[in-house]
Amino acid sequence: MSRRSLLRGAALGAGAVTLPALLTACGGGPGGDGKTVTLGSNASDPVPKKAFADAFKAYAAQSDGRKVKVNTVDHNTFQENINRYLQGKPDDVFMWFAGYRMQFFAKKGLLYDISDNWQHYAGFSDALKDQSSGEDGKQYLTPYYYYPWAVFHRKSLFTERGYQVPKTLDEYVALAKQMKKDKLDPIAFCDKDGWPAMGTFDYINMRTNGYEFHKSLMAGEEAWTDKRVRDVFDTWRRLLPYCQPGANGRTWQEAATSLQKREAGMTVLGLPHPGAQFPKDEQGDLDFFPFPEISPEHGQDAVEAPIDGFLLAKKSKNLKNKKTLESAKDLVRWLATGKAEDIYLKSDPNNIAVSEEADTSGYSAIQKKAVELVSGAKQISQFLDRDTRPDFASTVMIPAIQKFISSPNDVDGLVNDIERQKKTIFASD
Amino acid sequence: MPFISGRRTGRRGTRRYTRRDLVVLGVLLGLPVLLDLAIVWGPTLASVVLSFTSWDGIGDIEWVGTRNYVNLFTNYPQFWPAARHNLLWLAFLGLVATPFGLLLAVLIDRGVRFSRFYQSTLYMPVVLSLAVVGFIAQLVFSRDQGALNAVIGDTETPTDWLGDPDLNIWMILLAAAWRHTGYVMILYLAGLKAVDQSLKEAAAIDGASEAQTFFRVVFPTLRPVNVIVGVITVIESLRAFDIVYAVNHGRNGLELLSVLVTDNIIGEASRIGFGSAIAVVLLTVSLGFVVTYLVQELRGEKDR
Repeated sequence: MSRRSLLRGAALGAGAVTLPALLTACGGGPGGDGKTVTLGSNASDPVPKKAFADAFKAYAAQSDGRKVKVNTVDHNTFQENINRYLQGKPDDVFMWFAGYRMQFFAKKGLLYDISDNWQHYAGFSDALKDQSSGEDGKQYLTPYYYYPWAVFHRKSLFTERGYQVPKTLDEYVALAKQMKKDKLDPIAFCDKDGWPAMGTFDYINMRTNGYEFHKSLMAGEEAWTDKRVRDVFDTWRRLLPYCQPGANGRTWQEAATSLQKREAGMTVLGLPHPGAQFPKDEQGDLDFFPFPEISPEHGQDAVEAPIDGFLLAKKSKNLKNKKTLESAKDLVRWLATGKAEDIYLKSDPNNIAVSEEADTSGYSAIQKKAVELVSGAKQISQFLDRDTRPDFASTVMIPAIQKFISSPNDVDGLVNDIERQKKTIFASD
Repeated sequence: MPFISGRRTGRRGTRRYTRRDLVVLGVLLGLPVLLDLAIVWGPTLASVVLSFTSWDGIGDIEWVGTRNYVNLFTNYPQFWPAARHNLLWLAFLGLVATPFGLLLAVLIDRGVRFSRFYQSTLYMPVVLSLAVVGFIAQLVFSRDQGALNAVIGDTETPTDWLGDPDLNIWMILLAAAWRHTGYVMILYLAGLKAVDQSLKEAAAIDGASEAQTFFRVVFPTLRPVNVIVGVITVIESLRAFDIVYAVNHGRNGLELLSVLVTDNIIGEASRIGFGSAIAVVLLTVSLGFVVTYLVQELRGEKDR
């Protein structure tokens, strides 16, 4: 090889390094054609991916020439990159979660206000509207589906042994005691992935102190050293002897499987979790009851039901074009109808439609019961990691709850730890 | 050719290279240096600078001085366990797994029966990535469905090998050592094959016992291999990440500095300033080892 060609190679190499930067600098035409809406999707699993594709196809069919161009990204990757995604070159419409996790981005000015769209929405409860609103009271999210959390169990096991569904915590504990006598693990319990036990914390907290306290605790406005938080951990400690030991080494799949195998009597999870571990012919045997009442003042008012939906990204270049903006709003307006949800849920029956106008006649018994549970709820919470700052949930709460599970006796040290870290994190803005 | 003529015509010692040679040299040397600066030193310095700021990846970058470090040392329960685990990792690989690999290499080199078989079996895990080793470890150590509890028949009160924070780091170290031992063994085997047989014979004639021959004669000749193994052991322990991440995202007794960096920077958390501070701590620890190693090596060069 001559020196000259080496030199040329070197120059080309240098070009290759700078070229991508130049390309990104000039990419993206102004505004698009006004009819095509790009949509960032985190639905990378085959079942929801197909279900969404069906829904968008149906949208294109009924609109005059408008269509949706979907960019699917792996679920976890999408979640991890959301910060950079929304600041960089986001799609016009994207999928995300309701609650604080959405409000966080609304506050940073990265989301489009779609309050005018909401005036046309029908069939959404006030609780849903609340979860779709930012702290400024404007709406940013179009909800699409949700799944409730509850105490799941096997119908046949309950009738076989004559167990009664408990209404209050005392009845719950009494039932657990009976199950222990019957050589069952009363409550299947897991937290290896770091999030499943958060559902139990949320429920004990909301039943003890109410939804408003949950909300302000998650917003960093209450002290974790407060007696009310200690009460939550104390109640939880009362339940721990009836939970499967070794929860930090168990995945939710394993916990749900022990319920399915009749080794455990009950478990606190979301609808799709045990649903996915029950074989087809045993699905009908899966049942649930709402988490029992702890304080009569709050009863069983709140239901934990994470909502997923669609939002418009403020930084999207195409939305600067009025026509494209109108198309994007038209798309989410259509997605907000019951009919649009029916099309989706036909292919993905592990969730529930949010709209009251959705056709529920094809639902399984447990889906119908889930609808009743949520529509009867006075408040809907999202989930600990969706109701608070992401940095707080992942770097403080996950280790804290795992620590509580493995050594439940030092509640004072635990809440002090949480409170100190909370202060620094919530002060960092 | 200008290179040769330039050398001939010029006075001795000066102007050995034409202008064009200088340009070529400049480009060929300069590019790698620039790349190194841009890809290695740039981000490193950026991390150091960012570690004195609070930044969530969206808003403005705010200068906070040493607050991240104070926070890290006093107010982050996972930090000290993570630092301890990194050191434990180093000690375990260095004092247990590496000598064990050496022992196996010596045994196989002496030609025990079925040595080919042992050699390939022990080397097998090395072809697996540590993440895969992590998945295998879960199949073996899982409390409810793991092979180990099934084999020892521990069903009444099964041991929670991976969930018990006092226990799981040891199980993971075992799994990591399973792979590390094979790696070390193969390196030493290669080194032992290269040891001159006449040295051993001479030692035998002088009446040295087998142990004496090994420690006084063979082992010192393995110095180059020892250096490589040492470096590999240090690198493996400081960059340990994938195996604990595969098992439980490095939580609940499996904390490591590398995991804390990832937890804080990657993902929605985006505590970039704070995460950078942890990265700087890891960098400092690594630099300690790198500098020690370089000083030793340079000194060794001089003595030789």
